[in-house]
Amino acid sequence: MGSPLSVSTALLVIDRLCVRYDTRDVLRALSLEVARGEVVALMGPSGVGKTTALRAVAALQPFHDGRIVVDGEVLVPGPVPPESRLQALRRRVGLVFQGHALFEHLTALDNVTLALRHVLGRSRAEAEAVAMELLASLDVGTRAGAWPRQLSGGEAQRVAIARALAPDPPLLLMDEPTAALDPARRGALGEALRRLAKGGRGLLVATHDAEFARAHADRIVKLLPGEDAGPS
Amino acid sequence: MIVARTLGATGLVVCFLARLAAQGERPPLLLWGGDAEGGAPFVEADPADPSQVRGFDVEVAERIAHGLGGGRTARFLQVQWSAIDQSVERGDFTVGLSGVEDTPARRARHAVTIPYFEFREVLAVRSQDRDRVHGLADLRGRRVATLGATIAYDLLLAARDSTGVIPVSYDDDVHPYSDLVAERVDAVLLDHIIAQRALRRRGGTGFAILSQPVAVGHYVGVLARADSALRDSVDAVLREAMRDGTLEHIFRRWGVWDASQGALFDRILRSGAITPTAGPSPAPAPAPAARAVTAYLPSLARAAGVTAVISVLSMALAVAVGLGLASGRLYGRGGLRMATTVYIEVVRGTPVLLQLFVIYYGLAGVVRLPAFLAAVLGLGLNYAAYEAEIYRGALQAVSSTQLEAARTLGFSEAQILRLVRGPQALRYALAPMTNDFVALLKDSSLVSVITVVELTKQTAIYATNVGSWIVPGALCAVVYLVMSLPLAQLARRLERRWGAP
Repeated sequence: MGSPLSVSTALLVIDRLCVRYDTRDVLRALSLEVARGEVVALMGPSGVGKTTALRAVAALQPFHDGRIVVDGEVLVPGPVPPESRLQALRRRVGLVFQGHALFEHLTALDNVTLALRHVLGRSRAEAEAVAMELLASLDVGTRAGAWPRQLSGGEAQRVAIARALAPDPPLLLMDEPTAALDPARRGALGEALRRLAKGGRGLLVATHDAEFARAHADRIVKLLPGEDAGPS
Repeated sequence: MIVARTLGATGLVVCFLARLAAQGERPPLLLWGGDAEGGAPFVEADPADPSQVRGFDVEVAERIAHGLGGGRTARFLQVQWSAIDQSVERGDFTVGLSGVEDTPARRARHAVTIPYFEFREVLAVRSQDRDRVHGLADLRGRRVATLGATIAYDLLLAARDSTGVIPVSYDDDVHPYSDLVAERVDAVLLDHIIAQRALRRRGGTGFAILSQPVAVGHYVGVLARADSALRDSVDAVLREAMRDGTLEHIFRRWGVWDASQGALFDRILRSGAITPTAGPSPAPAPAPAARAVTAYLPSLARAAGVTAVISVLSMALAVAVGLGLASGRLYGRGGLRMATTVYIEVVRGTPVLLQLFVIYYGLAGVVRLPAFLAAVLGLGLNYAAYEAEIYRGALQAVSSTQLEAARTLGFSEAQILRLVRGPQALRYALAPMTNDFVALLKDSSLVSVITVVELTKQTAIYATNVGSWIVPGALCAVVYLVMSLPLAQLARRLERRWGAP
């Protein structure tokens, strides 16, 4: 399929990704790689296509040229495939939405256990054990019984991270994770991301927070309007 | 300026009204009320000119108008048959004539004329039963139909206690006979004129009329209690019409004359005193209000139970079918989506009353549904269309980010609907669903048209019995409120619990 890719051990390879809305190019030939154990920040001003890139990797968004490989799973240009053909990719990619998008009708704990129980088929007890451990490791263990609307911005963010991590995906995508956080919380979040990377995951973090990126990312990829992006 | 203009306008209106009143006086009218739905030979719309009515009651009214003198003419006013008494007392018209029965209760509450026709309450049974059934005593445990609020109905209620028949009350006098042939009921007890008409319409087949009458009754005219002087004049006209042969002539023209009418006229002209026919349960002389209420409570409770059960079952059906329709409309492809859309639009766009008639009577040739089941189906399938639109709206209101979050976690579309989209949509749907359930609770009163006696029907029967709507109406309203208010309360509590937006 297509030209032979240069052999890469990277967890995520985005190769000349092009996304077009109607006639407007949102992304023009974006290329980047994320290795295991690495935190990569995708930077650029609002509207430059950071979110679009993450959504393409998470197969929520079609793209019209280029390719995306996650741990051997390949996405090709064209419409988003049906969910039945995306199961392998879903296991490999977790996404933390900007504004957290927690399920409003479930408690924090149930938000985290839902996929464990219904996608991975774990028992309720097993799922709750895994979820409690994750929530505790992110410092929100005491908020397990709370409803999303009762959580502060920082708490909701960490519950959302726990939810994305519950199925244990090697790649974690995060969209503007610092948007709802005060400066003290940003530091704590950065520490948490570093721990995740140290555990062997790859992280791709879309942000316009340069200070956060400099402090906590291994590498920064800059996206500029109308320019092809590349490693800086 | 404005005041002057208003005064001017008021003056004009007063002049206009005065002119109208003067015009109204010019041709003296006898306004009489009857129900053309009752049909020939009593009163029916004239097939040649449906704006006019014809029938023996029409001609009796004309004879009365003529006899009252002063060049009076009769003008017909359409009234629902069961409301004739209340309507004449309100002053909607002067005299009610439409197969109105002579009963002690009617004589006690209104000014009633002398009888002008003698009818027999006759039993009709299916042809194969005619040798087996000879009277109500042979119908133990069988369903016997009749028109509600009639002597015949009172006779059946008494027979329920004495011989164990099951009375079934209808709002009209046509469907009892079609349901007899369709085996929904086992016999019909009604006036011989009505029975003979039904048999003629069926070409003389399908059922047989027993020759031995169950009871004998009389038709009278009914006037408001305050009009007893006018009633005496009407009586004089009727006597005159009996003497001069005009009544006989009318009845002969309509094919309802027989020897018993001549005997009735003789008796009236000789002595004048005719005893009214009571349903064997003698009409309660105005009993103390409190006792009338307590006597009524058990049947009120039973009817409220029927209303509650029908509403709950119909709503359950509406929710289930509505969910299916909404899913079909949102997730289905071309054909399915089209079919669900057509269903929703057709069902929402036509009256539920019509749908109940079609399900109960229209489908009777294909599938003979019991009345209760037809009621639940009719209401449930009707409300399903409304529920479907609520669910569609609620499902569409769930934010796409919630659905995408579920997708990234690896759920299938079916799981997303079941675990995320459905539960969230339920919170949006709760308030409109409660609204619909309260509406359904009250719409369930419509099923009385297919012989189910529920709360409103029972109240109407009670109101006819006591001759007033005040106490029965208040009781009925209280029961409906007692059923609907807790529902609203429950919905509010659920909404709080689920944190509805």
